[in-house]
Amino acid sequence: MNYNWDWSILFQEPYLGWLISGVQWTVAVALCAWVIAIVIGALVGVGRTVPNRAVRKLCAAYVELFRNIPLLVQMFVWYFVVPELMPEDVGRWMKRDMPNPEFVTAVVALGVYTASRVAEQVRAGIEAVPRGLSDAAKASGLSIAQTYRYVLLPISFGTIIPPLTSEFLTIFKNSSLALTIGLLELTAQSRQIAEYTFHGFEAFTAATVIYVAIALVATIGMHILERYTRIPGQLGSG
Amino acid sequence: MFNLDLGVIVQSIPFLWQGMQLSLTLTFLAVCGGIFFGTILALMRLSGFLPLSLLSATYVNLIRSVPLILVIFWFFFLVPLAVGRPIGGFYSALIAFVLFEAAYYSEIIRAGIQSVAVGQVQAGRSTGLNYWQIQRYIVLPQAFRNMIPILVTQGIILFQDTSLVFVVSLRDFMTATSIIARTEGRLIEMYLFAALVYFVICYAGSLLVRRLEVRAA
Repeated sequence: MNYNWDWSILFQEPYLGWLISGVQWTVAVALCAWVIAIVIGALVGVGRTVPNRAVRKLCAAYVELFRNIPLLVQMFVWYFVVPELMPEDVGRWMKRDMPNPEFVTAVVALGVYTASRVAEQVRAGIEAVPRGLSDAAKASGLSIAQTYRYVLLPISFGTIIPPLTSEFLTIFKNSSLALTIGLLELTAQSRQIAEYTFHGFEAFTAATVIYVAIALVATIGMHILERYTRIPGQLGSG
Repeated sequence: MFNLDLGVIVQSIPFLWQGMQLSLTLTFLAVCGGIFFGTILALMRLSGFLPLSLLSATYVNLIRSVPLILVIFWFFFLVPLAVGRPIGGFYSALIAFVLFEAAYYSEIIRAGIQSVAVGQVQAGRSTGLNYWQIQRYIVLPQAFRNMIPILVTQGIILFQDTSLVFVVSLRDFMTATSIIARTEGRLIEMYLFAALVYFVICYAGSLLVRRLEVRAA
């Protein structure tokens, strides 16, 4: 195996600029999608535990739909199919005038997909709350909304946060799928550098190191959040 | 807007089926290879011998923090370089999937092994079995029995992941769909069809997992 090492290419222009812009897109897609995922995921996850059967079924259908189709296919459906199925004016606007179409599509696709995974964690967290607590809430005359607001959600929060850490890491990795619809995020940029310079080793190493660094920072951030949300006296607090 | 042309799907079924065969073959081989190397990684991690467990932990954590697409790119670049000649996309993809999935399988298998009661190992030792005999006849059979549902779940995820070979133009089901979609100009029909096919297969798989869980419980 003979290979021409040259790590300095990573610090030359335009390649350094490509890497930096790739990191920015990766972080932007992941964080924006995370906001969507948390909001929809929390609603759907709670929806799967409410007494109303129709709501429960609907939320279960949401999770099954988005979990059983590969993210790549979902990306393509959002990018190529959804604008065609919209009313004509909206579809035309999405295709012609929407700013940053690749970015917006990637954020929506990734957010809506990750929401189905977040919803599962939220549901599991709420179901882990002992039944006696919601019975007690009902017995003391709390409405369903109050039961969730004052009993179920605060208690389950501590159990939901740790598994969400791994979902948060996953969303950064999954943001790489945005390259399939043409967004030049970190993985795409590293491949582009590899193709331009024939220094694949250096380019992919750079991307790998950056992803590992992102994972480290995200893990540390979530651990700090975990410490703040921990309920004293519950398992794992200390 | 809504005049869907289903004929294009019917016409392209033989081509799509070829792609699906590649997807299924890749999934099957990657599951087998992933479980094999995943077991080795899990045993290394639990061996109690620091260099081995450190090596395994580093590998697993490294692989788990990078995207699969990047791993695929890595191996499409590395494998021909290491072998010294092009060996075809399928084998590069297969190696990438096996080594990638092994990291995920090893975490599942590690949890499975740890779920086997300590008394089992002690009983094996007191009967005079050595380490390998204990793993082979006592720990692993019980661990795998408990793990079957979650291993199948990971298999479904892997099947979905194989669609990512699209990024290196390997002709799996997804790439085949996309080729037809572009050449025939039928993006809507083909991508919705792909979504439907994946959904049916994966949903059926998840129903199977639910039945396995009921039986295991």
